[in-house]
Amino acid sequence: MSDADEELLLYVVACVPWGVFAKLDLGVTLLSTHRLIWRDIKNHECCIAMPLSQIIFFEEQAAGIGKSAKIVIHLHPVPANKEPGPYQYSKYSYIKLSFKEHGQIEFYRRLTEEMTKKRWENTPVSQPIPTGTGSQAGKTRAVGIVGIERKIEEKRKETDKNISEAFEDLSKLMVKAKEMVELSRSIANKIKDKQGDITEDETIRFKAYLLSMGIANPVTRETHGSGTHYHLQLAKQLGDMLQAPLEERGGMMALTEVYCLVNRARGMELLSPEDLVNACKMFESLKLPLRLRVFDSGVMVVQLQSHSEEEMIASALDNVSEKGSLTAEEFAKLLGLSVLLSKERLLLAEKMGHLCRDDSVEGLRFYPNLF
Amino acid sequence: KMRRGVGAGAIAKKKLAEAKYKERGNVLAEDQIVQMSKQLETFKTHLEEFASKHKQEIRKNPQFRVQFQEMCATIGVDPLASGKGFWSEMLGVGDFYYELGVQIIEVCLALKHRNGGLITLDELHQRVLKGRGKYAQEVSQDDLVRAIKKLKVMGNGFGMIPVGGSYLVQSVPAELNMDHTVVLQLAEKKGYVTVSEIKDSLKWEKERACHVLDHLLKEGLAWLDSQAAGEAQYWLPALFSELTSRDVTPEEANQMTP
Repeated sequence: MSDADEELLLYVVACVPWGVFAKLDLGVTLLSTHRLIWRDIKNHECCIAMPLSQIIFFEEQAAGIGKSAKIVIHLHPVPANKEPGPYQYSKYSYIKLSFKEHGQIEFYRRLTEEMTKKRWENTPVSQPIPTGTGSQAGKTRAVGIVGIERKIEEKRKETDKNISEAFEDLSKLMVKAKEMVELSRSIANKIKDKQGDITEDETIRFKAYLLSMGIANPVTRETHGSGTHYHLQLAKQLGDMLQAPLEERGGMMALTEVYCLVNRARGMELLSPEDLVNACKMFESLKLPLRLRVFDSGVMVVQLQSHSEEEMIASALDNVSEKGSLTAEEFAKLLGLSVLLSKERLLLAEKMGHLCRDDSVEGLRFYPNLF
Repeated sequence: KMRRGVGAGAIAKKKLAEAKYKERGNVLAEDQIVQMSKQLETFKTHLEEFASKHKQEIRKNPQFRVQFQEMCATIGVDPLASGKGFWSEMLGVGDFYYELGVQIIEVCLALKHRNGGLITLDELHQRVLKGRGKYAQEVSQDDLVRAIKKLKVMGNGFGMIPVGGSYLVQSVPAELNMDHTVVLQLAEKKGYVTVSEIKDSLKWEKERACHVLDHLLKEGLAWLDSQAAGEAQYWLPALFSELTSRDVTPEEANQMTP
């Protein structure tokens, strides 16, 4: 019944269509190169097909509070020669597919592709497509769909088999990893109890092993990888890499900004957030011209040493005095900095007694402190 | 005068202590470190084998990733601690989550002027997926949550607030205590809340309700609609993403608060 050239593209589970068909229960939507086919999950004989040529326009409706994501499909008016079916008698001229998971993104993409390609025009299905749900019509259609379903089921079984093998192997691997964890704890205990003489070299090696395995240092409880060679190298690389970007941004960048900048540049073998923090902590001991700084708010920044605190505060005071008063947003625009860092500078100047605030529902505004 | 701890006598004493120690079947820490080095090499081989067979599974299957993460947590291992870790290097889990971290930061930054730095996990998920494009691997909400947990260490105020069965993701260092959280949860159903609703549901006094709402306004997390019929409504842009079909410019955002 279905054309040999018709190709099944997408098998989307768990969507509820309504509109043309009146609201139906949970079902499976299949998208082929020629049609949109929907089938009730429980009653396999209840299924409906819609030729893609009937679609004028479709759009996404994003999920919201208590609402799932939807795709709304608007249809051409019913053709006169159409066989009886739900479409003919429906008061709606659209279908809404409601998706339980985020399958709507893929579905939307595929539907867009097919509506652009219009492959059904190349190999038109010869018979007029019945769209009723009569038991006779249902049975005929079910045959074609069962074939497609079986293929999908086979693929799923194969995937399941792969997964269970993977889980088994994973469990075995974890047993071995656990041995490593226990060994490292034993070592840590001995270090604590001073049973044996550990040289500094051995300590560094031990830390590197912990880093490789992702085991937190049981002796010092430090975050992973503080004081390892890796982070030393990283700190030096960052020292080189961040000079220019910092200059461009007034000498200061939020750590999250640095994270994005560095990782986008790397492309692969990315740094973890902890790697970045641990490397930045080493700037001072390596005598690099950068510093990691933590503001009272908890915001962490990398700062050029050459941009002194006094200069920043003085410039903040100048700008505020010149304008009479400034909010963080206004200051950000003036300097071409992020609002986050502009706010931190104003707060710093306030802390040092040069500015005072007016905190209202209209926003936080800073004035020169004339007291 | 002889220095204590040095000299033939002290060395001999130490050797005796070590011998006694070893005799009892105990192993010295430095010997164990050597042992660990060997075991690590063996483990690395096992991990390589595992990776060659199942690396794809981790890439493609969010459920498998969850299992993997939970198993690691159970045995006391953090596979995402460092990009230099074996897990990251050989299984590629690191790059997956660290890149996701970048995408999360960028989405939050782009929307901050509109929602003040608060976004639903659902909206974040959708936007990240959109940004990743059609050929990228699938990303689940569990993946996002784990990536966000890692971002916390960078001090930008990343956190998750449980609201209405899911979460609000915070990406600014605004201080939000229990009172603020509870009001957010109350507002979740409709996207806005009024002083009366807070008084009725939470049995607070007007002052306490206003104090909390003022803080949310100041932090840019709530907008005030004083023209609303009946009583002023406090809207949370983070919660009504579906109502705003286009992005609001910073100027418009400023205009919406009196």
